Amino acid sequence: MYFVTQLLNGLGIGAIYALVALGYNMVYGIVKLINFAHGDIIMVGCFVIVSVLGWGMPAWFAAICAVVFCALVGMLIERVAYQRLLDQGSPRISLLITAIGVSLLLQNLYQLIYGSSERTISRLFPLPDIIIGGVQVSNTLLNIVVSLAMMLVLRMLVDRTKIGKAMRATSEDPGAAMLMGINTKSVILFTFAAGSALAAVGSVLYANTYMFARPYMGSMLGLKAFIAAVFGGIGSIPGAMLGGYILGVAEGLNNAYGNSILTDAVVFGLLIVILLLKPAGLLGRHEKEKV
Amino acid sequence: MAGKPMTKTKKRGIASLGTLVVVAAVYVLMRVFIASGSLSAYVIGMINLCCINVIAAVSLNMVTGLMGQLVLGHAGFMLVGAYATSIFAKESGMALGASLPIGLVLAGVLAAVTGLLIGIPALRLRGDYLAIITLGFGKIIEVLARYFKGITNGAKGYSGFPTFNVNKQPDGLFSYVFLVAAFVIFFSYTFGTSRHGRAVLAIREDEIAAENSGINTTYYKLLTFTLSAFFAGVAGGFLAQYVSIIDPSKYDFNFSIEILMMVVLGGMGSITGSVISASVLTLLPELLRGFAQYRMLIYSVVLIIVMLFRPKGLLGRAEIQVIKPFEWLLRKFGKKPAASGKGGEGA
Repeated sequence: MYFVTQLLNGLGIGAIYALVALGYNMVYGIVKLINFAHGDIIMVGCFVIVSVLGWGMPAWFAAICAVVFCALVGMLIERVAYQRLLDQGSPRISLLITAIGVSLLLQNLYQLIYGSSERTISRLFPLPDIIIGGVQVSNTLLNIVVSLAMMLVLRMLVDRTKIGKAMRATSEDPGAAMLMGINTKSVILFTFAAGSALAAVGSVLYANTYMFARPYMGSMLGLKAFIAAVFGGIGSIPGAMLGGYILGVAEGLNNAYGNSILTDAVVFGLLIVILLLKPAGLLGRHEKEKV
Repeated sequence: MAGKPMTKTKKRGIASLGTLVVVAAVYVLMRVFIASGSLSAYVIGMINLCCINVIAAVSLNMVTGLMGQLVLGHAGFMLVGAYATSIFAKESGMALGASLPIGLVLAGVLAAVTGLLIGIPALRLRGDYLAIITLGFGKIIEVLARYFKGITNGAKGYSGFPTFNVNKQPDGLFSYVFLVAAFVIFFSYTFGTSRHGRAVLAIREDEIAAENSGINTTYYKLLTFTLSAFFAGVAGGFLAQYVSIIDPSKYDFNFSIEILMMVVLGGMGSITGSVISASVLTLLPELLRGFAQYRMLIYSVVLIIVMLFRPKGLLGRAEIQVIKPFEWLLRKFGKKPAASGKGGEGA
């Protein structure tokens, strides 16, 4: 029974990793940038929920506010911090360092505004108890259902819509896409907005499951979600999902049977193993580098 | 000699000699100042910390600046070195004057071995993936340090090892750290301008092209990575001496980023840039004590602005040479060597 509980805990956090990993995946697919600030968007979302709930608004309204606000923040970050570098075709290392800078900026800004101590959040969606074999599973189920639904929505968006087609084209070859009349700048902007909105959905689930917010909560969460994305295969939507769940379960099982101090080592160890054995990830395509 | 223009080698030799003289003069002057008691323990401490950060930044500059590979786990190597030096100093029972040099070499070697072990798998990856995997290894080192409580005393921190007593021996740490920092700068510069260094620069410019020109990229990447880890270990050993306690959580991702900041702001690939920005970024927080809570905020904004408007860092890849002002003075006030035909005399 202990095993099942820990497995479900793992799946619950895995669903959140998966959601955030989807956002990483989108942004990386288009601009080849590890958006370090992506994890901090979750933190921003959680604090939006804290504030909106603090004004006495209902939970669903707080969730919508978080999604909208995070999408706006994502767009702002792209415009202010990345666009200039992307336009100039700057080396990837500059982009990466800028992303780290944005991440630090968000963390420290929020620490200044909200203080470094933990803020508790009341449970957003009190669900009826669903007990399977003596284990309370309602939150885990909610996380899994929402993350799967989001994956389907994203899939539809990328495969069936016009903007999705433009995203795929930009990801394949930005120059050619531009020549075909695609406004790549607005496609990139849309991608950041959509990715950040996904992270915000992740933050709603996180707030509902763990019920706290902290300025530095995003960095480790973001890193783990990125690891999930790499693990499943950058560029593959189901891959990101799979990676998120595997990571969550590995963490849950380590907490159950290993030593919880070692959790981060286990997660990074998994990443190292997968990068060495299958650099493109579980479901990713391997691309040969051209000269 | 008269009548002939100076050869390049000779000019370089004179420049090196001049630099050596200046560095030696600064060293002697500082020791005189410290011995005369005109510097407070606080000021001496700040100078030591500057030198330690210079070692760390210059060593990271070898990989990130010269070789163009982003490494986010530098603090991990420093942690290895910190433990090596301190545990050796405590367990060997020797006087600190004897155990410190041995401990520092040990720190370097252990960190280099760690770097080699990490580098063999990690350097197969490039760019972003290398950054992430080094971040992962850095985290793993930190986590393991906390896990093996028997050796490291875990999260409580390792302490109780011998350090220099600031009151009895105010220049104890300084006499080592300054010389080592000077050596690391010298080594890094000679490495960068040597045949090996040119191979490393070629890897930075275009790895595939470098490989096609017959450069053994794997070998040079591993060599540079291991050397960088060696000096990082030495810096870690000094840092443990300076702080006199090793708290593994201090050697985390943020610390790696701070060192990276020093390299990036100074100009990736510029050694003097790293030296200057390491010193400024060490002293600045002390001067801005009142703004302590805004420190990281200011850092991050500066980082973004520098990346946006001067992506190559403040100095770019240029170097500042100590000898340059003298050369300038000579050109201005002395006779022009080539025109007057008295080549060697001026310098």
